[in-house]
Amino acid sequence: MLYRVYAFVLRFFKEVFLPPYEFKEIVRQCYETGVRSFTLITLTGFIVGVIFTKQSRPSLTDFGATSWLPSLVSIAIMKALAPLVTALIAAGKVGSSIGAELGSMRVTEQIDAMEVSGTKPFKFLVCTRVIATTITIPLLATYTAFIALIGGYLNVSQNEGTSYSVFMEQAFEPLTFIDFWASLSKAIVFGFTIGIVGCYQGYNSTKGTEGVGKAANGAVVTAMFLVFIEEVLIVQIAGWFR
Amino acid sequence: MEKQKAHIDKNNTVIKIRGVEKSFADYDVLRGIDLDLYQGENLVVLGRSGTGKSVLIKLISGLLTTDAGTIEVLGNDVTHISQRALEDLRIRIGFSFQNSALYDSMTVRKNLEFPLVRNRKGITRDEINKNVEEVLEAVGLSQTINQMPSELSGGQRKRIGIARTLILNPEIMLYDEPTAGLDPITCIEINDLINEVQQRYHTSSIIITHDLTCAKMTGDRIAMLLDGQFQRVGTFDEVFATTDPRVKPFYDYNFIQ
Repeated sequence: MLYRVYAFVLRFFKEVFLPPYEFKEIVRQCYETGVRSFTLITLTGFIVGVIFTKQSRPSLTDFGATSWLPSLVSIAIMKALAPLVTALIAAGKVGSSIGAELGSMRVTEQIDAMEVSGTKPFKFLVCTRVIATTITIPLLATYTAFIALIGGYLNVSQNEGTSYSVFMEQAFEPLTFIDFWASLSKAIVFGFTIGIVGCYQGYNSTKGTEGVGKAANGAVVTAMFLVFIEEVLIVQIAGWFR
Repeated sequence: MEKQKAHIDKNNTVIKIRGVEKSFADYDVLRGIDLDLYQGENLVVLGRSGTGKSVLIKLISGLLTTDAGTIEVLGNDVTHISQRALEDLRIRIGFSFQNSALYDSMTVRKNLEFPLVRNRKGITRDEINKNVEEVLEAVGLSQTINQMPSELSGGQRKRIGIARTLILNPEIMLYDEPTAGLDPITCIEINDLINEVQQRYHTSSIIITHDLTCAKMTGDRIAMLLDGQFQRVGTFDEVFATTDPRVKPFYDYNFIQ
């Protein structure tokens, strides 16, 4: 099993740099991935911002430190919540869809049909989708961070009467370049993971329609599990650079 | 429609199968089969479900690998071939799948363009349109050009599947159960189309089926696959001139019952 996953990832890196590059399909997949998750990301990002701010307030109030709320919210959102929430939503929405789509193409012999017509199904189906998720998930994570900060700001502004400029100044003050970089790196790794896991599950699905369900399910569960493991590893690695 | 006489060149073997074996887990599907397909010939492979008929054409097209034996296709041994050479060879082979395998996210036009654009470098838009219109006309479905596969009937899907393979002008056609799941009238239309493809595109074909009407209408030669081997090979009448209890029920079921 591990060998097959390794071979699949290796094949991706081997084929992704070789022509044809399928730019049109990459753009189409970026659009699909982005648009498919946009509404959910917007809602979730906003709610995360509001809830986190609301839940943090009582503890800070106990210490008389409510003025730290913007900093706390921004650190939590930028460093952890935005990439993680985006990845989890994308794993559920995009990963499962990739798994099911490729799985269904496999069991209905569409992938075989591409193979026998001399086209390169791995390149057309797998490489394009993995590139798309690797590009769009960091963009979505950045958008989630922005929306969550807006949610946090609205809550702080309503309760503490803080102005937008003061909130943003306090929010970005504790953040360093390494924080942004670590957050972006995480989102890139998460995007790649969600794409490759979804494609692996779908591309190698067997056993008819049951296999399609398993591929979709496997894509979500495995991607979510890996996202959490990667989160821990990247946080650890980023810590060494501080 | 009566099948026209085919121009078969028996000195030119386009597919040569020797001693091919294939098993899945403990089940031996093919047990050392030998078979030749001549240029211009329609060869029908008959057999019960699960006897390895579809496995055979998947081995020929390199979708599966053999356990033993050799398969020579247009002079290339597909059991010992590089990926690159296999991709080049596949362009010369058309494969019509049992369930058509149309790309369901693409229109009929896109389905037909897909292999063309990827295999003919530098092809112009006009040439693409001309090729698409030509093959659609050949299968009699010009009006479906902008439809999605989900909007087509089973017979139409089969025809578009065949059109998609024809767009690359293949020298060999492999048909996997071309009439499975279709009504009798559509079956006759598909059989006529297979014969028309043979005449118009000068293809050599292997037709996998257990439909004896299809075998009789399209086959120049019949090969009966039983117990993992070709037990009887010859014309339709030769193959069924037997009292073999493994062969006779096929005929009885189709033509007596």
